Amino acid sequence: MKSIKRFFARLSSFATRRAQGERLREEIEEHIALQTAENIRAGLSPVEARRQAILKFGGREAMKEDYRAERGLLFIENSLRDVRIALRMLRKTPGFTIAAVLTLAMAIGANAVVFSVLNGLILRPLNVPHAESLYLIERASDKDTSQSYPDYLYLRDRNHSFDSLAAYTITQVAMYTGAGSSLIWGMESSCNYFDALRIQPYLGRFFNLSDDHGPNSAPYIVLSYAYWHSHFHDDLSVVGRTLQLNKHPFTIIGVAPPQFRGTVVFVSPNFFVPMVNHEQVAGTNDLNDRASRWVFMVVGHLKTGVTPAEATADLNSIGSYLEKTYPKDERQVGFSLARPNLLGDQIAPGVQAFVAGLMLLAGLILLAACANLGSLFAARAADRSRELALRLALGASRTRILRGLFTESLLISLVGGALGLWAGVLFLGWLSEWQPFGNFPMHTPVNPDASVYGLALLLSLVSGFLFGAVPVKQVLRTDPYQVIKGGSSAGVGRRITARDVILAAQIAICAVLVTSSLVALRGLVHAMHSNFGFEPRNSVLVGADLPMAGYSADRVPIMQKRMLDAIAAIPGVESVGLTDALLLNDQTTSDIFTDRTADLRPSSAAASVYTHHVSPEYIQAEGTTLLSGRAFTWHDDKDSPRVAVVNAEFARRIFGSVQNAIGGYYKLPDGTRIEVVGIAEQGKYHSLTEEPQPAMFLPILQWPSNSAWMVVRSSHNPEQLGAAIRGTLHQLDPGLPVVIETRLDEIAGALFPPQVATVALGVLGAMGAMLSITGIFGIAAYSVSKRQRELGIRVALGAQRKEVLQAALGRAFKLLTIGSTAGLLLGLVASKVLALIVYQATPRDPVVLAGVVVAMALMGLLATWIPGRRALSVDPMILLREE
Amino acid sequence: MVLKTLDVLGSLHGYGIARRIEQISGDLLAVNQGTLYPVLLKLEQEGMIASEWGASENNRRARFYRLTNEGRKQLQVETKDWEQTAAMIERFFAAKAEDLS
Repeated sequence: MKSIKRFFARLSSFATRRAQGERLREEIEEHIALQTAENIRAGLSPVEARRQAILKFGGREAMKEDYRAERGLLFIENSLRDVRIALRMLRKTPGFTIAAVLTLAMAIGANAVVFSVLNGLILRPLNVPHAESLYLIERASDKDTSQSYPDYLYLRDRNHSFDSLAAYTITQVAMYTGAGSSLIWGMESSCNYFDALRIQPYLGRFFNLSDDHGPNSAPYIVLSYAYWHSHFHDDLSVVGRTLQLNKHPFTIIGVAPPQFRGTVVFVSPNFFVPMVNHEQVAGTNDLNDRASRWVFMVVGHLKTGVTPAEATADLNSIGSYLEKTYPKDERQVGFSLARPNLLGDQIAPGVQAFVAGLMLLAGLILLAACANLGSLFAARAADRSRELALRLALGASRTRILRGLFTESLLISLVGGALGLWAGVLFLGWLSEWQPFGNFPMHTPVNPDASVYGLALLLSLVSGFLFGAVPVKQVLRTDPYQVIKGGSSAGVGRRITARDVILAAQIAICAVLVTSSLVALRGLVHAMHSNFGFEPRNSVLVGADLPMAGYSADRVPIMQKRMLDAIAAIPGVESVGLTDALLLNDQTTSDIFTDRTADLRPSSAAASVYTHHVSPEYIQAEGTTLLSGRAFTWHDDKDSPRVAVVNAEFARRIFGSVQNAIGGYYKLPDGTRIEVVGIAEQGKYHSLTEEPQPAMFLPILQWPSNSAWMVVRSSHNPEQLGAAIRGTLHQLDPGLPVVIETRLDEIAGALFPPQVATVALGVLGAMGAMLSITGIFGIAAYSVSKRQRELGIRVALGAQRKEVLQAALGRAFKLLTIGSTAGLLLGLVASKVLALIVYQATPRDPVVLAGVVVAMALMGLLATWIPGRRALSVDPMILLREE
Repeated sequence: MVLKTLDVLGSLHGYGIARRIEQISGDLLAVNQGTLYPVLLKLEQEGMIASEWGASENNRRARFYRLTNEGRKQLQVETKDWEQTAAMIERFFAAKAEDLS
C-alpha cells in the first residue's frame, strides 16, 4: 500500500522534475541562510559563518543525487537518457546500424513466418467448440480415413463412445447460376454434421437429422461465409433462394459462421450439402454400397469421460462384427483415432516433422544472427575501449556502462524485430490467400495472432540480450589505467576465443542449410525428370463431368465417344484418350485374385492394385510405353472377352515376370476372369516417393465409368488448344461444365511438397549464407584492422602478398573450413529426414557434395574479398608514421 | 525523530527540524544536515507529512513541513514499537545470572 502510494508520488514528481529541482535548490539556500544567520549570532564573521554553514550541510551534490533517487523514477529517467545516448551512438555509425537491424529483421521475420505457419497448421485448434475432444476414425491398418456410407451409419448408431458421429466428403459440383455454370468445391456432409460439431448458423438454419428422409430427400445447401461474401455479396435475402447443382435444384437454407472452415485446416469448403443427396451431387449411386469407401472422413466428439483407448476398443468390437457379418465387403476392420486437423496420421507426421524442422532451422538462423551481431558488438566495444576506459576513470559504474551497451543492443533488436514482423505479416497475408491448386479450396489461414506478435517481441528481447551480452566480459575486465596508458589493447589473441567457436558453429549451420536446400533442389529436378509412367509435357487435361450435366446410364458412353472424336478432329491433336482416374491424383484401388483362387474374400486377395478404366487410345495419349503385348481397341467392348493392360510391378507380383504375364489370367472380386493382353511400363500412381505399385488398366467399354478425364496430346500452344477444345465441346453441349489445364499444372499437386521444401530450405539457406558472409566478413575485417600495424611491419620486412593474406585471413579461412566440414556432415544426417518429402533425396550425390563445397568456398571468397584487399593495400610507411 | 519533532513543535521548516534534532540529541547526532532532505521527501511521498511554502523568521520563502493525521498515527505506532523494544532491551540488561537459575 505504502509502496504503491510512493510509486504514484514518484510518477507525478517524475513528470514535474524541473519544478522539483527548483524547490530543492530554494530549500537548500534557505537552510544555509538560516544556519549562517545563526552562526553570525554566535559571533562568527559573515564569510566564516557561511563557510561553516555549508560545511555543516555536507556534500551538496551527493545529497542532490540522493534526493533525486528518492524523488523520481530513477530507472526510467536513466533509461530514457540511455536511449537518447544510444540513438546518438547508432546514428554515428549508420552502416553498422542498418546492417545490424536488417540482419535481425531477416532472422526475426523468418521466425515469425515459420512460427505462424506452425501455429496455423499445427498449434491452433480447429475453429469448433471443444476441439480437444474431436477425433476422426481411421483404419488402423493403413491409416486410411475413408469409410463406406453403410459402415458410417453403423458406426454412428452402434458406438457408445461418441456424442454423435458426423461424416463428410470433399466434392466438386457444377453450380448453375443465372450467368452460366462453374465448378466449385464443397462438402457433402451427414445431416447431423453441424449438430455434431456444435456449430450455430450465421444466417438461416443448418440441415439436421430431421431433414433426412432417405436418398435425395434433402435438396438443401448451406454456403460458407467466405463464398457467400464473395459470390453473393453478403446478400441477406439468399436464404430460400434455389440454386442448380448438377442441374438439380437445391435450396439455400443458411450460411455458416465466418470462422468455421470445416475440420481440415488446409481445406475450406465453399458449401455444404446433405450426404443423403449423394447421387445428385456426385452422380454415382453408391450410398448403400458397403464396399465403396467414398466417405472421406468420420469425425465426432468423444463423450465426456471416455478415453481414446476406450473408444478404440468400442469401435473395434463393432469392426469385428462388421468383418464377420459382411465377409465379402469387409476386411481388416480395425479402427484407430486421430486428430482431424491434418487428415489424421496419414500426412500429419510428415507435415509436423517438416514444419518443426523449419522452425528449428529458423531458430538456428536467429542464433547465428545473434552470434554475428554479438561479435560485431564485441568488436565495437573493443574499438570504443578508450572511450569506455575514460568513462570508467571518471567514475562511471560498470553497471551503468553495461546498461548503455545493452540499451543499444535492445534498441537494435526491437527495431529489427518490428521491421521483420512487418515484412513477415505482409508475406503471411499473401500466404493465407495463396491457393496452390487452381480452384481447389486448399489454403490455410496463417495470419499472425497474438502469440506470433508475442513470440516476435520475446525473440527480439532475448536476442537483444544475447548479443548484447557478448561484450560484457570485455567491459568488466577493462582496466582503464592500462587502456589509456597502452593505447589500443595489446596483442592479438592466438588462442581460440568464444567468438571463433560461435562463428564456426554459424558456418556449420549455414552449411547444413546449403546442403539440405541443394539436396531438396536436386530431388526436385530428379522428380521433374523422373519417369512418371506417362509424359506430362505437351499434354492437356480436359475434365468434363457428364453426370453433372445431366447425362446418365447409356447416354454416358455415347457422349464420351462423341467428345473423343470431336477433340481428335481438332487440328494439331495427336491423340486423345479417356480415363476415370488420373495418375498422380485420386487413385482407386481394388483387390485382385490369382486365377487359381476360389475363395474371393478380401482376406485372400493377391494384391490391392490401382485401377484405371480407360479408352483405347489412352495409353498412347499418355505417352506410356508398352513393354509387350497390345493396347485396347474399340472392339474390346461388352461383347468380347474381358482384357486388361497391367503394369510391370503387377506382372512381376502375380505372374513372376513380364514375359509370363501376357496371356495370363487373374480374377476380380466379383469373379470375372481377365486376360492380360499388354504390359505397361512402371509409373508413379499416388506420389512421387512411392515404392513401385501394381496397377491395371481396364477398357472403359467393358467397365463403363461416369467420371472422365480426357488426356490430349499435342505440341500446340496449350492456351489456343484449350480454347479450341472448349469451343468444340460447347458445340456438343453448351451446358457441359469443362475444366482444362495442362498436365504439368495438374501434377503440381504431386510436386507440391518437394517444391515447398525446396523453396523453404532455399530461402533459409540463402539467409544462412548471408549471415555467414557477414560473420566472416566481420571477423576478417576486424582482424585486419586490429593487425594493420603488424601487417605493415611484415610488408616492410618484405613479406609476399601470399604471406600477408595468410597472416590476415588465415584464421577466417580455417574457421570456414572447420565449419563447412562439420555442417556438411550434419547436413548428410539431416537429409534422411528430407527423404520423406523429397523424391530421391540422397546427399551421397557428387553434384550435391561438389555444390556445397563450391558454395561454401564462394561464400568465403566473397566475405574475405574486401578485408583481403585492405590487408594487401597496407602501406607500411603511412602506418609506421602514424604511430 | 522527524515525526516527533513535528508533533511537538507543529509546522516547521527543514532547518528548524535539523536544529531541533541536534539540540535534543545534545549535539551527539551531528550528521550532515543535507541528508535530512531526502528523508523529508520520502516521508512526504508516503503521506506522513505535508509541506507548503511560508515565510521564515527572516521573512524569506521557506518550505514548512507539518504532520498529517496519518503521520500522527504512524508516530503512535512507532512510539509503541520503540517502547516495547526499549523495555525488552532494558529487561535484558537488568537480568542477572541468579534470576535465570
